[in-house]
Amino acid sequence: MLPFRLLNTIRLGVKNLLLHKMRSVLTMLGIIFGVASVIAMLAIGEGASYEAQEAIRELGSNNVIIRSIKPPEDDRASGGQGGMAVEYGLTYRDADRIRATIPNLNEVYPMRIFRENVRFASRQIQAQVTGTLPSQIELLNVPVILGRFLTDVDQMYRRNVCVLSESLAIRLFDFRDPVGGEIKIGTHYYRVVGVVGDRQRPGENSQALRLSNAEHFVYIPLSVARSRFGELIVRVSSGSREFERVQLHQITAQFALAEQVEPGSEQIRALLETSRDKADYEVIVPLQLLQQAEQTKRIFNIVLGSIAALSLLVGGIGIMNIMLATVTERTREIGVRRALGAKKRDIITQFLVETVVLSVGGGLIGLAAGLAIPVVVSILTDMVTIITLWSLALAFGISAIIGIIFGLYPASRAANMDPIEALRHE
Amino acid sequence: MEDIIRIENVRKVYKLGAIEVEALKGVSIRFKKGSYWAIMGSSGSGKSTLLNLLGCLDRPTSGRYFLGEDDVSDLDDDQLSDIRGQRIGFIFQSYNLIDQLTVLENIHVPLFYQGKDSPEVFEQCAALAERVGLGDRLHHRPSELSGGQQQRVAIARSLANDPLVILADEPTGNLDSKTEDEVLDLVDELHRQGKTIIMVTHDDHVAERAERVLHLKDGLIHRMVENRKEEEEPVS
Ligand SMILES: Nc1ncnc2c1ncn2[C@@H]1O[C@H](COP(=O)(O)OP(=O)(O)OP(=O)(O)O)[C@@H](O)[C@H]1O
Ligand SMILES: [Mg+2]
Repeated sequence: MLPFRLLNTIRLGVKNLLLHKMRSVLTMLGIIFGVASVIAMLAIGEGASYEAQEAIRELGSNNVIIRSIKPPEDDRASGGQGGMAVEYGLTYRDADRIRATIPNLNEVYPMRIFRENVRFASRQIQAQVTGTLPSQIELLNVPVILGRFLTDVDQMYRRNVCVLSESLAIRLFDFRDPVGGEIKIGTHYYRVVGVVGDRQRPGENSQALRLSNAEHFVYIPLSVARSRFGELIVRVSSGSREFERVQLHQITAQFALAEQVEPGSEQIRALLETSRDKADYEVIVPLQLLQQAEQTKRIFNIVLGSIAALSLLVGGIGIMNIMLATVTERTREIGVRRALGAKKRDIITQFLVETVVLSVGGGLIGLAAGLAIPVVVSILTDMVTIITLWSLALAFGISAIIGIIFGLYPASRAANMDPIEALRHE
Repeated sequence: MEDIIRIENVRKVYKLGAIEVEALKGVSIRFKKGSYWAIMGSSGSGKSTLLNLLGCLDRPTSGRYFLGEDDVSDLDDDQLSDIRGQRIGFIFQSYNLIDQLTVLENIHVPLFYQGKDSPEVFEQCAALAERVGLGDRLHHRPSELSGGQQQRVAIARSLANDPLVILADEPTGNLDSKTEDEVLDLVDELHRQGKTIIMVTHDDHVAERAERVLHLKDGLIHRMVENRKEEEEPVS
């Protein structure tokens, strides 16, 4: 078809639709809602899964994280009322055995983790204190901003040194140089030897996936953490005191390759299983979480897609219904056009163009609404939403295809009318 | 003068389930270029059926139809559409203008489907509107025009593709006698300008204006009458 004719046909189609504005708008609503919901839901879903994936990626996809947890039965049995300490969790021996027996390990990072008040001059801030090995800087994936990170010498000689995270350093020292400063952690003094960057904080939605809610971090040598803090932890809760004995709070085992993570995590589980009689640890495999998150996202998309497809289908049926009515209404016009030389395909084109204008018009309005909704959602709640180009293309493409599919039947009905009959139609 | 239309032993049978209605029972006739015919006959005699066949809106059940040089009896739907668009001008009893289009656009419709849409074509369409006395109504809608004016637009439209023949099925059936005369005067003028015109009518006064009258009866040609118009003209 010549471009002018097509253009003219489109113009005519728009004109016909404008003749019945109310009807056209109502007909488009189905498509508008369908397209808007596809885009909005995909944007929200994409945002949520992006956050989850970022959170998991933060944990490191080559890592297996083993954490000490208090076994539930001990919780009831001995409240520590009389002074008996509850002993549980990972031990230095566990770390050594993992290092010695699990193949393909890059590195094993044992850690002790406390929440403590950190003080400098008159300032006092709660922070997460991690007793760790110098090699942890590689795991942290943050830059050293000032001074240095912990060293083997610090570890070996149990030097009372610490490294602060950037935001903590700023809070304690303002913009003075913290390196060389003496801060008090709990009851002991430590000399600041360096400042490292803050850890990336994943979005609000993935709280559950974060191992720690802390904003401020202090790193001290593991050996110091062991000697200074001991292994006995006194926890005061609702008037009663609990004594806990925990050697290590976390061991992160890093594998060389992602493929080794899964078999490795199984081996670690088996190893830990044999050396204890209570479930006082948990194994977190970020890679598996990542795969689960991706799986969830896929299911989420399929469910969303089905709902959206359903609403678009309903929209399409609405369009078809109206177009059938239009064709009947305009039977005479069809007869006239046929008498004056229109071929069947000209009639098909005319009505198809009208349906496609309806559905694509609805698609465009729906697109605008679909772009606006996630923005509003992001502003009102602090959910991350991500509008992907493919979701726009998909929603828009589907609306156009709906127009063609649901327009074909009414259009072919129009085209196959007998011109004489059509001309006689009242 | 050459024959512009030649039909030979044309039959048209309508099937209504088991019942067959033979609307035309074998009609042969020739129409010369530039002639002006009226077709008369009682209701159901087959006038519209014949006109629809002549207009290539339908195909004969049997028999042959030559339009211009070509046998158009066995053309397919698309080819018939092209023939209608290029060689036939239709005028209907109920005008059959398209409501959404302006006068100018209505006149242009047959050319639209021929893919003719240059500015010159639209100028020609405007000239046709001028010719039927509606040069000042180019951008009006049919609903804003009187019946007579609408039929004049339809006449202009029937001329747009410069057809071999203009077919009119009771073109004045919906008009009062005054506008009827106006419209028929216009048709007469087209005839004087050399157009071939075939017009179905019930009205003897209308038929009188034609050169020849074809009377149908029960799907057959009953008789043909020559109106001695040329001799009367100088008198009136
Ligand atoms: N589509 C059709 N299906 C069945 N029968 C038809 C059809 N069209 C016409 N007929 C029959 O063919 C015969 C001729 O009809 P036609 O319309 O040609 O008559 P006509 O001379 O134009 O009559 P009128 O003066 O009332 O318009 C009639 O008996 C009619 O019932
Ligand atoms: Mg008739």
